[in-house]
Amino acid sequence: MTTQTTTETQAPATPKAPKALSYATLGGAVLSFASTFLAWTWTAEFPGNLTVDGYPGGLQLLTLTGALLTAVLVLGGLGIPGLRWATPGGKYASVRLMALATFATTWFTVIAIAVELGGLVNLEPGAWLAAVATALTVALSFALPREAEPTGTSGWATFAAFFKAPAPAAAKELPSWAEILLIAVAFGIGLLAFTYGIGTEGAEDFLGFLLLIGFGVAALNKSGLSRRLTGLTVKHKNVTVTAAFVSAFAFPFTQTSDAYTSVGTNILIFATVALGLNIVVGLAGLLDLGYVAFLGVGAYTAALVSGSPNSPFDVHVPFWAAVLLGALASLIFGVIIGAPTLRLHGDYLAIVTLGFGEIFRIGMQNLDGTSGPDITNGPNGIPNIPDLEMFGFNFGESHTVLGVELGRFSNYYLLMLLVTIVVVLVFRRSDQSRIGRAWVAIREDETAARAMGINAFRLKLLAFALGATLAGLAGTVQAHVTYTVTPAQYKFVESMPPNSAFLLAAVILGGMGTVSGPLIGAALLYLIPAKLQFMADYQLLLFGIALVLLMRFRPEGLVADRRKQLEFKETGQLDTPKGDIGLSKAGV
Amino acid sequence: MTTSTNPAPATTPVLDANGVIMRFGGLTAVNNVSLQVNAGEIVGLIGPNGAGKTTFFNCLTGLYVPTEGTVSYKDKVLPPRSHLVTQAGIARTFQNIRLFANMTVLENVLVGRHTRTKEGLWSALLRGPGFKKAERESHEAAMELLEFTGLAHKRDHLARNLPYGEQRKLEIARALASQPGLLLLDEPTAGMNPQETQAAQELVFAIRDQGIAVLVIEHDMRFIFNLCDRVAVLVRGEKLVEGTPDVVQADERVVAAYLGTPFEGAPGDEEVAEVRAAEAKAADGATSTTSKPRTEEEGDTE
Ligand SMILES: Nc1ncnc2c1ncn2[C@@H]1O[C@H](COP(=O)(O)OP(=O)(O)OP(=O)(O)O)[C@@H](O)[C@H]1O
Ligand SMILES: [Mg+2]
Repeated sequence: MTTQTTTETQAPATPKAPKALSYATLGGAVLSFASTFLAWTWTAEFPGNLTVDGYPGGLQLLTLTGALLTAVLVLGGLGIPGLRWATPGGKYASVRLMALATFATTWFTVIAIAVELGGLVNLEPGAWLAAVATALTVALSFALPREAEPTGTSGWATFAAFFKAPAPAAAKELPSWAEILLIAVAFGIGLLAFTYGIGTEGAEDFLGFLLLIGFGVAALNKSGLSRRLTGLTVKHKNVTVTAAFVSAFAFPFTQTSDAYTSVGTNILIFATVALGLNIVVGLAGLLDLGYVAFLGVGAYTAALVSGSPNSPFDVHVPFWAAVLLGALASLIFGVIIGAPTLRLHGDYLAIVTLGFGEIFRIGMQNLDGTSGPDITNGPNGIPNIPDLEMFGFNFGESHTVLGVELGRFSNYYLLMLLVTIVVVLVFRRSDQSRIGRAWVAIREDETAARAMGINAFRLKLLAFALGATLAGLAGTVQAHVTYTVTPAQYKFVESMPPNSAFLLAAVILGGMGTVSGPLIGAALLYLIPAKLQFMADYQLLLFGIALVLLMRFRPEGLVADRRKQLEFKETGQLDTPKGDIGLSKAGV
Repeated sequence: MTTSTNPAPATTPVLDANGVIMRFGGLTAVNNVSLQVNAGEIVGLIGPNGAGKTTFFNCLTGLYVPTEGTVSYKDKVLPPRSHLVTQAGIARTFQNIRLFANMTVLENVLVGRHTRTKEGLWSALLRGPGFKKAERESHEAAMELLEFTGLAHKRDHLARNLPYGEQRKLEIARALASQPGLLLLDEPTAGMNPQETQAAQELVFAIRDQGIAVLVIEHDMRFIFNLCDRVAVLVRGEKLVEGTPDVVQADERVVAAYLGTPFEGAPGDEEVAEVRAAEAKAADGATSTTSKPRTEEEGDTE
C-alpha cells in the first residue's frame, strides 16, 4: 500500500526498541492485569463488585481487558511468533495508546472510588497496585522509540510524534474462510462491546467503558489492525453486512431481561431515522433541520389507524397497511414541503426546513378541537396505541424462542431491525447507482451537475421524498413501541433523541454518506445521555462542545466516507487492496 | 470532418444561435450575436478579456436565460434549461474547472452519462438485470472515454487530486460522456504548458473526427488558428468578424481590437499592457515615453 496520510507517515525503518524495555512494559501490563484479581475497595457501595480477591468484577474487567490488549500489542511488537499479526502497522504507538487506555479507565475508577466513598482510605491495596502498575506501563511505553521524526521543534510536534505510526504493509492473502472467520470474530467482539456498554449499570461503568473504547480504538488504528480489518470487510462486503445483521439479531438473545432491549429498540429507531437523513444530508447535501417531522407523520398516521380508542378514526387496519399509509403520508408531506423549499440553497434551506418541522409539531398540537378540528388530541397526543399482532404473534407478550425468553421490547427490536435492514438496503442501493451519483454530483457542484444533464430540482426532491418516506416507515413502528404519540416527541432539539438536532448530529458525528456512521453515531448519542443522567443539566452544553471538538479534530466523522477520507487527509491514493471497492462497482 | 462516422453532411448547422442578447442590468455583455456551427466543424471564439465569450456560452447552454434571441440545436429551439440543453446534445466544459471534486475520476465520467441512461430509483433498488446491464455498459463507456483521454490509470483517484492538466482532460471526458453532437470548450488550454497544449490540440482533432462539432474559446492564438475551420471574434459583446483563420488574422479591425499590439495574445498580457499604458499616461506630463503609442491604442479599445 502506497498510501501516505498526514497522520501516518511511512518511516524508512522503525528503530527497534531494546528488548529489555519491551519486556519491562510487558511486566507493567502483567502487573496491571494481576491487580484486577485483588480487591480495590472494601464496600459494595461502589457499583460493580470490586471487593473480592480472586476474580475481577465491574470496572476491573475494563482494566483487565486493557492490560491484556497492551500485553498482546507488546508481544506483537517483539515479533513473538503467533502474535505478530497484532501490530502490522505501528508497534509502539499502539502500545502507548493502549497503555493510556488502561491507565485512563483504571485511574478514573480509582479516583471515582475515592471521591464517591469519601477519601483515599476506601482504597484497598489492590487499587494502589493497579494505579501504580498502569502508570508505570504508560511511563515505560513512552520510553519505547518513536516511529516517526517530529515534524517540528515545538513541544506539541514532539509529543505528537509519539503517536505517529507507519501504515501496515499489504496483508498476506488468507484463505477465504479464514478471512470470513476473522470478520465474524470482529463482529462478535463488537457485539460483546456493545452489550457491555448498553448493560453498564452506573455512570461510572459507562464512563470507564467510554475511556477504554476511545483510547483502545485509537490504539487499534495505530497498530494497523483496523485497516487490515477494513480491507477484509471491503473484500467480503456481503459477508460483512450479513455478519453485522446477524450480530444485531443476536443481541436480544444475549439479554435476560427487557431492560436493555428497550434501549436497543430506541437506538435502532434513532439510528434508522438518522440513516434516512443521511440520504438527504450526506448524499444530496441538503441541510434539513426539520427531519424529525417525517418520523412524526409516520407515527401519527399509524396511531390514527391503529384502533386506539383515542383516535378519532374508528379503524384498525392491519400493520402492513399502516406501514404503507405512514410511509405514503410522509412521502406526500415530504413532497409538499420539498417542492417549494428545495429551490433554496444551503442556510436558507436549513432555516425553512426548521420552520416546517416546527409547523408540523404546532399543527399537531392545535388539531385538538379548540384551535382546529379534533384529530390529534392536541398536546395530549394519541395514547393507548395497542400492541401489534401479526399472524397470531402478539408483540406485547413474551415468547420463548430457541430457549430464550423474548419480551415485548425484544419483539419490537427485531421488527425494527427489519426496518433498519430495509433502510440500509435502500441507502446502499440508491447510493451505488445513477441516482446516487447524481445526488453526490449535486452536492459537489450543482451548476456543473445541471450542465451534465441532471435535473437538479427533481433529484433533490427525490432525495427529500425518499428520506421522508424512510423516516415515516420508522415512525409507524415507533408509534407502537411508545404506546403514545405526542407533539412533544418531535421537537427540533431536546435532551433525548430522536429530535432533528440529534439526528443531524448523529449523521455528522458518525460520518456523512456512510451506512455505519449514522448507526454508530446514533448509538453513542443515545447511550451517552441515557447513561450519564447526572449531567442532564449540562447535556446540551456538552453536546455542543463535543461537536465543536469533533469538527476541529475529525471533520469527516467517526467513520469516514471513502471519498471524504481522501478529501480530509489529502491523499492521492486509495487505500484499498485492489483500488476498487463497491462505490465504483455496479450490481453489488 | 471527412470521417464516415459523421452523422450529417458538413454543411448542416448543428448549432444556430440567433440574435442572442444578454444584459446584466445596464451592462450588455452579449449584444445581438448570431453564430452557426456546422456538423464536423471546429469553430473558434476569441476576444479580449471581458468580451462576453463565457457569457455567450452560458446563454447557449441554458445557464443564463438570454434577454433576447434563440438558440437552436439541429433545427430545434432549445429551452433555456441547462439539463435539457445537455440532453439535446450540447455538452460543455468550464473556464474555471468545475469537476465533482470529491468523486473519483470514473464517477465523474459516469455522471456525464446521466442523460443517456434511464435507470431510476426503483430500478436501482430492485437491481434487476436491466439495471446491471445499464451499469455495466455505463462503466464500459466511461472507461473507453478515460482511455481516449489518457486517464484510465487514474480511474479511482479523486478528481480534486489530479494535476491541473488532467483535470481539464477529465472535464472533457465527462462532457463527452453525454454523447454530445456539439462540444463547447471554454479555454481548454488555460494554464497548460506547450506540450500539454499540443496534446489538447490533438485531442480536439480526435473529438472532431468522431463526428462531434466543437466550439472553442481560447486566448492562445496559435492554438486557435491551428485548430479551427472558422473563427469568430467577439469584442465588447458584439461579433466583430467571422471567417477562416486567414481572414480573421488579416482583418485590420481584429488586429486593432485584439491582436495588433506589441504583446502576444496570452490572457495576462493585455492587462499588463493596460497597466503599463496607465502608468505611461501618468508619466505623460514629464516626458514622452516609448509607450505613448500604446496608450492611444488602448484608448481605442476601452
Ligand atoms: N452574472 C453576471 N452578472 C453581471 N455581470 C456579468 C455576469 N457574468 C458576466 N458578467 C460581465 O459580463 C462581461 C463579460 O464577461 P465574460 O466572462 O463573458 O467575459 P469573457 O469574454 O469570457 O472573458 P475572459 O476572457 O476573461 O474569460 C464582463 O464585464 C462581466 O463582468
Ligand atoms: Mg471567459
